[in-house]
Amino acid sequence: MTAQLPALQVAIPLACAPLCVLFRVRFVPWLLFVVAAVGSLVCAALLAGRVASEGTVRYAMGDWRAPAGIEFVVSAFNTPVLLLVSLAATVTAGYARRSVAAEIEPRRRRLLYACLCLTLAGLLGLAVTGDVFNAFVFLEISSLATYTMIAMGQHRRALLAAFRYVVIGTVGAVFVLIGIGLAYAVTGTLNMADLAERLAEGHDNRALQAAVVFVFVGLAVKMAVFPLHAWLPGAYAEAPSVVSTFIAATGTKVAVYVFCRFAFTVFGAALVFGVLRIDRIGLALAALAMLVGSAAACFQQDLRYLLAWSSVAQIGYILAGVSLATASGVSAAYLHLINHAVTKAALFAAAGLLVMQLGSVRLSALAGLGRRMPWTFAAIVVAGLGLVGVPPTAGFVSKWALVTALVERGMWPVLVAMLASSLLALVYVGRIIEVVWFREPPASAELEPTQSPATPASMVAAIWFLVLLTVYFGIDPTFPGGLADAAASALLGSGGE
Amino acid sequence: MMTFVLTNVTLLVILIATAIAISRMRALYEATMLGALFSLVTASLFVLLDAVDVAFTEAAVGVGISTVLLLGVLALTRSREAVTPRRRHLPALIAVLLAGGALGYASQDLPAFGAADSPVFSHPITGTYLHQSQEDIGIPNTVTAVLASYRGLDTLGELVVVFTAGLAVLSLVGPPARPEETMPRADFHLADYRIIRIISGILMPFILLFALYVLFHGEYGPGGGFQAGVIFAAGFVLYGLVFGLDKAQRVVPRVALRILVSLGPLVFIGLGLATMLLGGQFLDFDVLDPNHPEEGQHLGILLVETAIGFTVAAVMTTVFFSFASRGVSR
Amino acid sequence: MIAGLYVYWALFAVMLIGLYVVISHGNLVKKLLGLTVFQVGVFLFFISVGKVAGGSAPIIAEGAGPYSHPLPQVLILTAIVVGVATLAVGLALAVRIFESYGTVEEDELERVADEQPEPNGAFGAQCVPNAPFGSERGGGRS
Repeated sequence: MTAQLPALQVAIPLACAPLCVLFRVRFVPWLLFVVAAVGSLVCAALLAGRVASEGTVRYAMGDWRAPAGIEFVVSAFNTPVLLLVSLAATVTAGYARRSVAAEIEPRRRRLLYACLCLTLAGLLGLAVTGDVFNAFVFLEISSLATYTMIAMGQHRRALLAAFRYVVIGTVGAVFVLIGIGLAYAVTGTLNMADLAERLAEGHDNRALQAAVVFVFVGLAVKMAVFPLHAWLPGAYAEAPSVVSTFIAATGTKVAVYVFCRFAFTVFGAALVFGVLRIDRIGLALAALAMLVGSAAACFQQDLRYLLAWSSVAQIGYILAGVSLATASGVSAAYLHLINHAVTKAALFAAAGLLVMQLGSVRLSALAGLGRRMPWTFAAIVVAGLGLVGVPPTAGFVSKWALVTALVERGMWPVLVAMLASSLLALVYVGRIIEVVWFREPPASAELEPTQSPATPASMVAAIWFLVLLTVYFGIDPTFPGGLADAAASALLGSGGE
Repeated sequence: MMTFVLTNVTLLVILIATAIAISRMRALYEATMLGALFSLVTASLFVLLDAVDVAFTEAAVGVGISTVLLLGVLALTRSREAVTPRRRHLPALIAVLLAGGALGYASQDLPAFGAADSPVFSHPITGTYLHQSQEDIGIPNTVTAVLASYRGLDTLGELVVVFTAGLAVLSLVGPPARPEETMPRADFHLADYRIIRIISGILMPFILLFALYVLFHGEYGPGGGFQAGVIFAAGFVLYGLVFGLDKAQRVVPRVALRILVSLGPLVFIGLGLATMLLGGQFLDFDVLDPNHPEEGQHLGILLVETAIGFTVAAVMTTVFFSFASRGVSR
Repeated sequence: MIAGLYVYWALFAVMLIGLYVVISHGNLVKKLLGLTVFQVGVFLFFISVGKVAGGSAPIIAEGAGPYSHPLPQVLILTAIVVGVATLAVGLALAVRIFESYGTVEEDELERVADEQPEPNGAFGAQCVPNAPFGSERGGGRS
């Protein structure tokens, strides 16, 4: 059965989605999501083991040899993504039961769980497929399911955020489709490996160059790279807590992976970074994203919007690493991708717990609550320090790797932007600490906490698991570091040149 | 050849003119009807470009389902657009100029239209799909062969997308109201018009029969599960429009719809898992009949098309009923 | 060159008209219409790439041929379905937005959001909740 793992990786969560809709019993949809998440985690772990021992695993769908059929490719460059997505899903599943029960009304719960399964399947498929059009299909599956889940947010603004995401996201997907079409027109194939082979020369083909631009602009939308980030703050902040926890850890990260996959193994670094100089644009946008994201985060009045804006900045760090197109840069990007996903998931999960208990995460409503809810806020502070990049956390390790990679290439302006952004991060995290511990609670809040429901152990466990993982990856980065290094050498080694 | 170019150019001109008219029209009902015309012209162009399956789908989806949905939504919201303020034009213009520039730049190196020696045709998979498929799968319509077998995973993804859209509509505008809740509007009843009532009564069996024909004829001619599903749905939509939602829901109850919506993806994925258990790869239909792989492929494709047909019909009907009953139960 | 490329240029024009509508227009339904036009332009581009001069539909028969390429047709079948699915989701959202805000014009929606005392506000009591199943229907349907 191990030969079937790549297909099972996607088929398990995909099969759970329609089952969620079919069963009306209360806890069954949740249980199915747990099955989907744990099942895919097991598949991902087994696959990672196999890739480590045997190298790249290829799986021909329907037993049709690529390029006639669709193939799944599991290699060192996507096992970290598979592990990350399925781990995030598993933790989310633990967190989901009480959170969903508190935020979503009963009739929509099974639809939410079905959409979670679909998003999981879509993201895993996107990570594992070796066919460009199939990637578009999985991209749309995960996007449509995400739009639906965002619209389930508690406030009516969730509807606006979802609609904005539908329009921007679909335009992005169609841009990717145009790029695929142009590349298809000049090569006649959709298989990634076959494309790379046929694109090895002919870099001055203008249709091909335009194809690169369209694919990357479309992916930049999904990654929320700076001028195309407009959908992200609303989408993350207005979605139900369980959804923002999951997509903050996975959505943009998988898009970053797809960007790397296209840049290094499909179009090839020689074309993308040599002829078209995407690296310069990437670094400039990355620097801008770091500054704008962090600065905007400082001015937010709502914890979840603050976290969402900080994600815009963090995507900048990751993009900077990728744009360096060096082994150390890409490795640092992967490392930061993993670390930031864990950190941000912890923060959104904690914010979700606060929403559940206080009804609001406006900073003004959190004043002086540090002593009353020490555990939750301690989690927020530790993870927040991870965003800044303070030593014992994972954020420090990956930022340090990024600094080293930037210095290596002498990219001083980007380095300055990164340091400035980290200082701004200190400001916004400091603001949370200041409000929570050093301000007097507002008079109106005095009455509420007595009625606030008991803290669900499952949610606290999920939050602290992520927080401790952040700290562990900060103290002993060998596991994520090893994954990131292997990914970088797999991407750059097969360079498609 | 000359007639082809002339027809093609004419249709393209109509297409662009319609697109411009849609963009300028502030009355949204009219814009929607132009949208239907736009789809019809598109479908004609697809026929001209030898894509009969696609034309069929575009006609069913663009002219049929999309238009009905848009009209339904306009009935629930506002049907006149506000004047677009001047400041909105500049960013759009910049984006369009950039995208247009990139496309124009790209076009210089695109292979000429209709060239038989373009990379698309010289790639070996052309032979696989057009000739090898006759031996591997043995069905004349290569589009169906590629759709359901060579790229079966894409088709599974497509079905899942439809399923997701069904979930989205259910979650957003709610499940269709119960029959007893959807009281017909007193002043207006299409069934009161004898011509409409009798014609649609006569048409119904033919629509459903045609849908079945399209479903099972997909291997030999244009058609297949998706088109059939849309036609099925169109039949129910017609019934609902003429005889009232309450009656239509008695014909297709909500529970049946909910089960059918999930059944398609389940059957499709189940088929994939079954092929795994029989020792093949995911969606390898050869193993369904180990002695005659060709027969296995036929069986697999038929099951896939049926699964698609049922779910598409169920989702489209659910979507229509959801929108429509939101209007009626107001 | 014109003979070989006129189809592509016409289709690029269709795409751009659609894109222009998506970005410039504030009406949510109109935006979705523009999105459809944009997508259809892309669909036609794919199909025209697979067309061969003097060809016929890729349904194998005695004495027919040459055939146009089946692969782009399969891709676009999938893409059309994805397109209509997106349209359905977008329209459902538009209906809900109209019910809770009373408008589907983006500019007015922004104004309504600005009028609220707390723009980044919490799930406070003064805000209209995102209620799903029409128990209460705020908004001014005429």
